[in-house]
Amino acid sequence: MSVKKAKAKKSKEVVIDIKELHKWYDSFHALKNVNLQVTKGEKIVVCGPSGSGKSTLIRCVNALEQFQQGSISVGGVEIKDDIKSINAVRAQAGMCFQHFNLFPHLTVLENCTLAPIWVKKMPKKQAEEIAMKLLERVKIPNEANKFPGQLSGGQQQRVAIARSLCMNPDIMLFDEPTSALDPEMISEVLDVMVDLAEQGMTMICVTHEMGFARRVADRVIFMDHGEILEQNDPETFFKNPKNDRAKEFLSQILGH
Amino acid sequence: MNKLQYKIGEHPNLPAPKTQGGIFKAIRNNLFSTWYDSIITIILIYLLLSYLPMALDWLFFSADFFVDKRSQCTSGGACWGVITARFPQYLYGFYPPELYWRPNLASLLLLVALAPILYSKISYRKYFLMFSITYPLIAFWLLWGGFGLVPVESEKMGGLLLTLTLGVMGIALSLPIGILLALGRRSKMPAIRLFSTIFIELIRGVPMITLLFMATVLLPLFLPSDVIIDQLIRVIFIIVIFASAYMAEVIRGGLQSIRKGQYEASDVMGLSYWQSMSLIILPQALKISIPGIVNSFISLFKDTTLVIIVGMFDLLGVGRAALSNREWIGLANEVYMFIAIVFFVFCYLMSRYSLHLERRLSRSYK
Repeated sequence: MSVKKAKAKKSKEVVIDIKELHKWYDSFHALKNVNLQVTKGEKIVVCGPSGSGKSTLIRCVNALEQFQQGSISVGGVEIKDDIKSINAVRAQAGMCFQHFNLFPHLTVLENCTLAPIWVKKMPKKQAEEIAMKLLERVKIPNEANKFPGQLSGGQQQRVAIARSLCMNPDIMLFDEPTSALDPEMISEVLDVMVDLAEQGMTMICVTHEMGFARRVADRVIFMDHGEILEQNDPETFFKNPKNDRAKEFLSQILGH
Repeated sequence: MNKLQYKIGEHPNLPAPKTQGGIFKAIRNNLFSTWYDSIITIILIYLLLSYLPMALDWLFFSADFFVDKRSQCTSGGACWGVITARFPQYLYGFYPPELYWRPNLASLLLLVALAPILYSKISYRKYFLMFSITYPLIAFWLLWGGFGLVPVESEKMGGLLLTLTLGVMGIALSLPIGILLALGRRSKMPAIRLFSTIFIELIRGVPMITLLFMATVLLPLFLPSDVIIDQLIRVIFIIVIFASAYMAEVIRGGLQSIRKGQYEASDVMGLSYWQSMSLIILPQALKISIPGIVNSFISLFKDTTLVIIVGMFDLLGVGRAALSNREWIGLANEVYMFIAIVFFVFCYLMSRYSLHLERRLSRSYK
């Protein structure tokens, strides 16, 4: 983190605290000594070549992946092996996936109200009101009674975002939300994410959308082979990357 | 024909061309498209025309429907008296005739109990479903008696009544147990996984006839002599565990096909294991497994005829008993055809319903 940023954020509360994190898939060392602090309202973009461990990292943050060494705490709750801490962390962190993972047998509205009704025990009517508000926010209130299979990829991803927001999370994790989309649908999803960022949501996004990173990110993190190789504000990172692999990566994705 | 020119970029949506020719073209395309197709068609039509009248004649036109013994069958066709003269036996076995209203009422209530399960668009479905859940107890009470009704021993039950009792009980219980076993075999808890796996493999690895013999002959040896479990209960138990082992594997196949993302999405939303199974995973997995599930149901329903070997008189048993009677000896064709038709009707209904269900579910999400 640059000195200037560090000063600006000094007083802010740390909501995600990752310390000396190591993870192995069998014998493969997927994350190597990762340290990352995210403060409230901060937007982080994680990029890097495929297989660099960036998805694994954010999947560790809400306990979709187990790790062997180090610690992660989210909103003051440390992730341990028990259901209680895992659920407490997941209640704070919403997540959007590359392949949306909407529930195909439920309508858009039911997708959104399911967790509030069953996990938060919210009355159905109230859950539906909240869901409709959020569907409006992602600009698809008219599709509420359709099934996910009837929507385009961009619409499905926006539903997935609305579905996460229905649980009223403090943090949103995005795992390559636009990678599975047709090019003309990318911007409609990014617009929603920008809107979310402007509302002050704490976000960690794994993405290769560098335009989005420039516009929204407070910090860009470059990972390769399971390590954080460089982190900086987007301006500095894109104009003047210090790490050789980061330079090569940037030249590949910005070069065409 | 329609050679109207449109400017590039302004081509309107035109209606699709209609398929032409109608029924004659369809017949020509399907039955007479090549010379050897035509020959096969002609041979088949010839066979139909020469044998169908014979079959109809034997079945209906020169058949005797209501006679008391075989010697009265004189018309040369089928002698349906072997069915009609003992029709109540085919339906109820040796159930006391003055109590026939009880199985009748139970079958009527079965239809009421099935309605909300089979069709989702029924008003007050919730209350009907509550009835469906209590139905097995009500049926049990009506059939066996007790609590104010005259008790009937299970040896007295037979015919279609026994077949349906075994079939309905087997189907109603094997599905939930099969689901639990399938989930158990995929559980993260080693003890549960081991139990489910061993149970499924043991039961699947033994012929059902062997299990039936074990339940009727071996089991009583292991129980204290004052404990007597009704034979019908033991047989239902065997049918249920046998069918649920197969059911478990069918459903496990459906569970395998659910993508990992569905589990992850329900995890991150904070759903508990049972919530995510019952709300997310099973509805999708069961839908995929419908053909296999119905396959198991149908084969379970037909397997109920195996109870004949432990001395119970189901529909097939009653038929065989009729055949061994001196007055009706030698009428195997009529008896087996009747039984075949009854089984076919029930199995075909199950099969048609499953197709209806598949269509309904696929309409709702695609």
